[in-house]
Amino acid sequence: MSIDTTSGPLPGRSSPESPVSRDERLQTTGFLVRLMRRPELGAIGGLIIVGIFFLFTANSAMFTLNGGLTIMNPSAQLGIMAVAVSLLMIGGEFDLSIGSMVAFAGLVFGIFLLEWHFPLIIAVAATLVVAALVGAINGAVVQATRLPSFIVTLAFFFILRGLSLVGLKIVTGGTTQLRGFTEATADSVFTPLFSGFAFSGLFRRLADLGLIELLPDGTPAAPGIPIAVVWFVFFTALATWCLLKTKVGNWIFASGGDARAARNSGVPVDRVKMGLFILTACSAAFVGILTVMDAGSTDAMRGLQKEFQAVIAAVIGGCLLTGGYGSALGAFFGSIIFGIVSIGLSYTTFDSDWFQVFLGVMLLIAVIFNNHLRRKVTGER
Amino acid sequence: MNHIANSMGMHRAHEPTLPARGTPIIEITDLRKEFGQVIALAGVSLTVRAGEVLCLLGDNGAGKSTLIKTLSGVHAPTTGAFMVDGEPARFRGPRDAQNAGIATVFQDLAMIPLMSITRNFFMGREPTKGMFPFRWVDYTACSTVTHDQMKKIGIDVRDPDQAVGTLSGGERQCVAIARAVYFGARVLILDEPTSALGVAQTSMVLKYISQVRAEGLAVIFITHNVRHAYAVGDAFTVLNRGKTLGTFRKNEIDMEQLQTLMAGGREMQSLSDELGGMV
Repeated sequence: MSIDTTSGPLPGRSSPESPVSRDERLQTTGFLVRLMRRPELGAIGGLIIVGIFFLFTANSAMFTLNGGLTIMNPSAQLGIMAVAVSLLMIGGEFDLSIGSMVAFAGLVFGIFLLEWHFPLIIAVAATLVVAALVGAINGAVVQATRLPSFIVTLAFFFILRGLSLVGLKIVTGGTTQLRGFTEATADSVFTPLFSGFAFSGLFRRLADLGLIELLPDGTPAAPGIPIAVVWFVFFTALATWCLLKTKVGNWIFASGGDARAARNSGVPVDRVKMGLFILTACSAAFVGILTVMDAGSTDAMRGLQKEFQAVIAAVIGGCLLTGGYGSALGAFFGSIIFGIVSIGLSYTTFDSDWFQVFLGVMLLIAVIFNNHLRRKVTGER
Repeated sequence: MNHIANSMGMHRAHEPTLPARGTPIIEITDLRKEFGQVIALAGVSLTVRAGEVLCLLGDNGAGKSTLIKTLSGVHAPTTGAFMVDGEPARFRGPRDAQNAGIATVFQDLAMIPLMSITRNFFMGREPTKGMFPFRWVDYTACSTVTHDQMKKIGIDVRDPDQAVGTLSGGERQCVAIARAVYFGARVLILDEPTSALGVAQTSMVLKYISQVRAEGLAVIFITHNVRHAYAVGDAFTVLNRGKTLGTFRKNEIDMEQLQTLMAGGREMQSLSDELGGMV
């Protein structure tokens, strides 16, 4: 657990003559140190611990392909948001309105699709535009007032939830549930992008070869990979690449690490943060669309508590509450831990209401661990 | 790896054309800056020459920060001449000053402790490769550049991926200066670079300042510590109540005279006598 804090030499030591060199010591930072520097370390550790716990307590059905995919579906629905939230948190901001945004997007999507009879792909695009506008309003209010985003988005937490309730009652004439999505999208070529399973052909072939388990009627037990999981993996990969390999990624770290220093170095901090608010709102709307398509209906209570769960997944994944540090890959693992615990308890003899207790404990451990890790890795004194 | 590093420019990202040693780069004459009723600068004149360290000395409230901000393009002067390379400068913002090769290293250094040295070094100026929307930053090459720049100034960072928070104050200051030099500074404005440092750290920074001068850059070294100024300065301009009290070459003035001048002359002298020459 030794942390490399080698300081520079004393001034008396002069630099070598040749300025161009490939110092052989450049790569000698220990494997352990490099591992410790990874923000997602805690999440991977947590995943292992949780896995071992369920290995001993849960029914073996949990560890089949079908069981695994059952876990991945809720993980993905949360994770798509958690990945965006992790970027936003690294950028130094919060968004508590995303849970309400899931319900609000469901309503907006329903209006576009069922009331105005937009084609599916147009309805999806229009819903994302509305979400982007809400995200931009969040960002604009935060930047204009210089208030903490925590409080501004808390306001939208209530506003969007209230609008979803009122809007659904108006649209449906009194209830808070809207049905008919499955019928309305049945003949669209784009439907497979937002509902059902991917790679079902592959799964059927694997079943034919006897490689995966079958139902009594001869069809594969797992019909394919839930489409949300495919999106989840795709968004995680994209976010990780952006964060670690692009200019914008560096700007996100800088904006959250120290906005003033970043501005003085020419980083367009306001634009970065605005983009992150829009991204987060769109991720929530996208999850709203996926869940609506999955269930065939929407209701005003969709996405309840998702904002907190997404923050928890991001924090378990190594994001600091103070910004400037974290990982999208960590949020990916954090979301999977979340899925394992929420679904896994039903495979055990434990009451599944232990879930909430578990979540709280995980959060506490993650926050303490992250703070400790930050102090060690960055040499903060 | 070397060919990548070379194509990025090993010594500097943008090699500036440096005039001959002693050539004035910045000349300001009778510069005034007023904020409404407040006169922050009431007539400042100074000349910054290539390959020289000009120390700007002044007590708190003397107008040092206003002067820096004017030179770095944050404020426009109210009246007075501001010449860069013999031509009148009209900076509309800090970017213009940077493009003219005037780089300011402010006290807070614009460094982010949680980020790696490399990411800090290239912050806001990340070199990209590839086509939109797949533009990416070659951080491996960036790390090599950072490592070599650090090595050049005698700081052996074993791992440029370590967080800036792990560096000492002096090292951070040197990284900030190296960054400005790498990105094409001809004139470096250093705002109290030694004020928060211990003895060893201070001498590291002072040594680096003289190294930068040897490369032919002009340096404006702002400080209120006469000893630090005298250690590296070629010329000294004393600022008091928004006015320059004059510029002296090193052979024209000694440390004690500078101290007296800076503290506003007579009052300081009598205080010093009272305290038995301890100030």
